[in-house]
Amino acid sequence: MTLTLNAVRLGVRRGWTEFLNSVRSPQDQGFYLFTGVATLAFLWFNRDDTVEGTTLLYPTVALPSILGALVAFGVVIGPAFALAMEREDGTLLRHKALPHGMEGYVTGQLVFHSLSALPQFLVILVPSALLFDDVMPSGVGGWLTVAWVLVLGMLATLPIGMVLGSVVPNTQKVGTWGMLPVLVVTGISGIFVPVQALWGWVQTVAQVFPTYWIGLGMRSAFLPDAAASLELGGSWRTGQVALVLAAWAVAGLLVTPGVLRRMARRQSGSQVAAARDAALQWVR
Amino acid sequence: MTREVPEQPVVRVRGLRMSYGAHEVLTGVDFDVHSGEVVCLLGPNGAGKTTTIEVLEGFRLPSAGDVEVLGTDPARAGDAWRARVGVVLQSWRDHGRWTPRRLLTQLGGFYRPYSTSTHPRPYDVDWLLDTVGLTDDADRRIATLSGGRRRRLDVAVGIIGRPELLFLDEPTAGFDPQARRDFHDLVHRLSDLEGTSILLTTHDLAEAERLADRILILAGGRIVADGSAEALTRRVAGTSEVRWRLHGERFVHATDQPTSFVRQLFEQHGDEVADLEVRRASLEDTYIAMVAQHEAGVRPQLEEVAR
Repeated sequence: MTLTLNAVRLGVRRGWTEFLNSVRSPQDQGFYLFTGVATLAFLWFNRDDTVEGTTLLYPTVALPSILGALVAFGVVIGPAFALAMEREDGTLLRHKALPHGMEGYVTGQLVFHSLSALPQFLVILVPSALLFDDVMPSGVGGWLTVAWVLVLGMLATLPIGMVLGSVVPNTQKVGTWGMLPVLVVTGISGIFVPVQALWGWVQTVAQVFPTYWIGLGMRSAFLPDAAASLELGGSWRTGQVALVLAAWAVAGLLVTPGVLRRMARRQSGSQVAAARDAALQWVR
Repeated sequence: MTREVPEQPVVRVRGLRMSYGAHEVLTGVDFDVHSGEVVCLLGPNGAGKTTTIEVLEGFRLPSAGDVEVLGTDPARAGDAWRARVGVVLQSWRDHGRWTPRRLLTQLGGFYRPYSTSTHPRPYDVDWLLDTVGLTDDADRRIATLSGGRRRRLDVAVGIIGRPELLFLDEPTAGFDPQARRDFHDLVHRLSDLEGTSILLTTHDLAEAERLADRILILAGGRIVADGSAEALTRRVAGTSEVRWRLHGERFVHATDQPTSFVRQLFEQHGDEVADLEVRRASLEDTYIAMVAQHEAGVRPQLEEVAR
């Protein structure tokens, strides 16, 4: 037990180092900046539109949904890419060669990707507060809701990214296997258009995945209570938000360790060498 | 006459077989590595060197055979076993944003709970950086290191936990001559001072001759030769080559009696013999002969040669 604890402690330090490395890297700063500017531009061009049937402005309604979706997207695609890549470049193999190394590695991934949601969140939230009126949650209760929805939302979606990264055949396939389905789910989850505007069966599908519920939870925190009338069933369904996200988190907790173990078992030096050769071919 | 009771070998392989589908890579490999030995596994490409090492590292399941590493089957070994084994991996772009110092500190931490008073782990990071010659690069981003420097880091990562047994798969591929020399010194130091048992593969026969206490040649899925470089050379040797110069003309003569030939040469010409050179068959000649022998379908019986 103390051995696992040591590995987890090292994993936390690893995640923190990875996070600092990422925040200092121009490449990652560029990515944060890009999503921030794109989101703000989108909201800015729609700043005077009101949402049908209310006096609420479009940015007010869309901002919490977009924030939720971006966080969900980030913690699915982030670990999916990272795992697929680190399987190929030998990071994972290094940890396999260490006593309790995999525990440290997985902890590091969880910490790193959870922390990475933060700059993503801030780079949109802070300028929005300055640019638009009435977009921030009201009071301590609102912010508390933001906190628990985000934490539970990440617990629900992080394992999906880990599983994706473990099962894709190589890094190049993360686009087709990971990015595409996640984008489709995001598209139908009521982020940019209300879910009611879609066909009935699409609404049902959307409500299976966590993205819709993270968006709903975020809106409940940011918007006035009256805006609940815009939602399905005219309610924030707070209990259901917690329940669905918790269910995904539990399912992830049950499935992920097995999938990770299976992936780790298959790691070997010749697999890494083969991936390197394949990558060299691909670049050429 | 007293017989020495043989110590339990650190690696014991019996009847190791490995096949991928219908393709048999290893058809019955037997060998031992004893405590403190440096053993070099040679063989042509595709002979199964990497496969053998990966089975011993516990990264690959064999199709059949008995394998014991430090007294345990690597396929079933736990984390305490892992702490005693070092693996030098060939990385290419991992941890690019880390620095060597940070990475070694991080990875070394995993060995700390396995430290004992007689065998403290891990190595001190500064000492290790100095030992592999990375002190000047300790705080640079790993992505900016040259290929040779990266390989030094790979070696450092492999030994950070102060292993009792170290596996190296083609450790000096891509090294320049200086880096190769430094690496050989490091292997000697690990072996002499720390008593680390080492199993490595290489294509460089000069390297094998310099480093190995014992050489194994793997060809066609089995060990076809097992002995010290000298003993192996003697087995195939037979002929030596004598070169000399007389009145500005160069001569070459092949003989299996170099001493008497040279004596005759002097009796006949005395001091007029210039640039005299006697060259015994090298390990390379032996290696080529053995692999060729095997590929011609002759399977030499494995015989234990005296060391």
